[in-house]
Amino acid sequence: MASHNESIIREPLITGKDITYAKITEDILSPVENKPNKAWWIGFTVASLGALLWVFAVSYTFWYGIGAWGLNKTVGWAWDITGFVWWVGIGHAGTLISAVLLLFRQNWRNSINRSAEAMTIFAVICAATYIVAHMGRPWLAYFSLPLPNQYGSLWVNFNSPLVWDVFAISTYFSVSLVFWYTGLLPDIATIRDRAKGLRRRIYSIMSFGWSGSVKTWQRFETVSLILAGISTPLVLSVHTIVSMDFATSLEPGWHTTIFPPYFVAGAIFSGFAMVQTLLLVTRKVLGLENYITMFHIESMNKIILLTGSIVGVAYLTEFFIAYYSGSEYEQYTFLNRFIGPYWWAGCMMYGCNVLMTQLMWFKKVRTNIPIAWALSIIVNIGMWFERFVIIVVSLHRDYIPSSWAMFYPSWIDVSVFIGSIGVFFTLFLLFIRVLPSIAMAEVKLLLKSASEQAKKKLIDEGHVEESQAEFYKESLTKFDSVEIADYEKV
Amino acid sequence: MSSTKYILGLFDDPDEMMNGIDNLQRNSVPIYDVYTPMPIHGIEAKLGIKESRLGYAAFMFGCLGGTIVFSMICYMLVLDWPMNIGGKMHFAVPDFIPITFEWTVLFTAFGMTGTFFFATHLFPGRAPRVMDLRATNDRFVIAIDAKGNIPHDDITNLLKQSGAVEVKHNDRKYVSYE
Repeated sequence: MASHNESIIREPLITGKDITYAKITEDILSPVENKPNKAWWIGFTVASLGALLWVFAVSYTFWYGIGAWGLNKTVGWAWDITGFVWWVGIGHAGTLISAVLLLFRQNWRNSINRSAEAMTIFAVICAATYIVAHMGRPWLAYFSLPLPNQYGSLWVNFNSPLVWDVFAISTYFSVSLVFWYTGLLPDIATIRDRAKGLRRRIYSIMSFGWSGSVKTWQRFETVSLILAGISTPLVLSVHTIVSMDFATSLEPGWHTTIFPPYFVAGAIFSGFAMVQTLLLVTRKVLGLENYITMFHIESMNKIILLTGSIVGVAYLTEFFIAYYSGSEYEQYTFLNRFIGPYWWAGCMMYGCNVLMTQLMWFKKVRTNIPIAWALSIIVNIGMWFERFVIIVVSLHRDYIPSSWAMFYPSWIDVSVFIGSIGVFFTLFLLFIRVLPSIAMAEVKLLLKSASEQAKKKLIDEGHVEESQAEFYKESLTKFDSVEIADYEKV
Repeated sequence: MSSTKYILGLFDDPDEMMNGIDNLQRNSVPIYDVYTPMPIHGIEAKLGIKESRLGYAAFMFGCLGGTIVFSMICYMLVLDWPMNIGGKMHFAVPDFIPITFEWTVLFTAFGMTGTFFFATHLFPGRAPRVMDLRATNDRFVIAIDAKGNIPHDDITNLLKQSGAVEVKHNDRKYVSYE
């Protein structure tokens, strides 16, 4: 049958009373079908000013060359690659939510996967802009592809992790885009069938003529499952390969076998933090508290805690291996993170990523929205500093003391970074205006089994054991979108 | 002679719609198609729709992608321009694995999704063949070809009995061309 009763002790995934299929559509489409409010315009104005700053800073870089950045002979890789790895890492959570949680049948992904995937795509776009910007002569970008040429043909070196990265990032971006857009088709069709005139025309083209017939849905589900199956190893491979950009070199601080799992955990860590940053605001501003519930928030905080702890273990392992290796260069690199001129960056890295996230062990912290939001931002700051420490602090003092140098970002460096945040938020704000920020079809699937009203009905009808009902009511107290008073009478 | 082309049973609950399908089938009324706002498991079995073969297509596309890029790298780095990198062998298989993997995934994704779009006739700009505009919102629609399925009132009654909130007798097959 289409639906069955879910165990009462599981927390509800949709809260609120009198939720119908039509109400789900109404609630989720209201930002798409109505004029934007003031909060959106303010956000959009600030974000697009940021995006303009990016356009300016990148144009300046192209005009005057990479010399506009703070790089020098010793630190030849700094701000740009830090930003690149940071953004790629942020992207990972979207794929994790949409693919890995689908394979594990975690139904709570249904209401957050769409916006998380959109975030993935925008984050990878931001990451890609750094690659293009740091080339200096971006019109020669095709040199990174194995195209026949007049030098022999001289092919690209497929032994190099940088070439692997070209393939990994482009595959990751395009597969994520396909996954996201295929999932969007039924929801775009919903907008189309409610719209009139030109809007209907536009959404009709975008909907690819989706009809929702049995065969379409059946194939759609097969496609989603297989895309999830291949995206799971893909997302792990992407940050593995990004980490190999560093790990295959001989630089102390980079030449480490732990890098691939360490980077992947860090990527998921920072990605979930960014999802949290965005969704806590989106849920409030768009009034989606019934669909993105406290259960979702707490679950994401648990993942942040888990991955943050994995990152913490990786840090400890690095220190131990540096000590145990007996290599003085390696040992100095790790000491230098605390006693060198960039000690503050090291403190930010270890403090934000390890110490602060350990607060998530407390349920009070995990379910407190302002604190969770602040922590999610702290995690992203920490993860930025992690990349800065790994890249700049390792490079600035390597084997030969005579070549030691400092890296100071130029204002163009800073502008490119702030600008890319502007680009990201501009894209995200446009997304929530024109496309549904929650996968409507997937949330509708949960209505009859995992919603608060379905469970309340079970309790009211006396189908559940008393002790289990008590346990369930107890779990509802943390929800900010549930009227606990309704349960007192029962 | 009525001008009805399709009879639509509109349900507001997926379970009742499943009842409706059973009811119609018990009375030997053939169902043209069912339109739902979300995937409902079990309909395809009732309507006798075979399992999708897209998985096979995906596997073949994956094999194709992996083979193409592995052969390409071997041609470029081993046959066409072997480079001496520290005296290591040119046929450095471990180095070829990441890109081979990436293209396997790339071809699987694009090949399979392309096949899905092709087989289901989905492409940008296709006129949507929609029988009822609420089928993508909150109605679960059973469509019955009116031609040959008479008397129409019996079908209406069957649908009503199963819990249909509305039964439509449409003179046109699709509403979305308007």
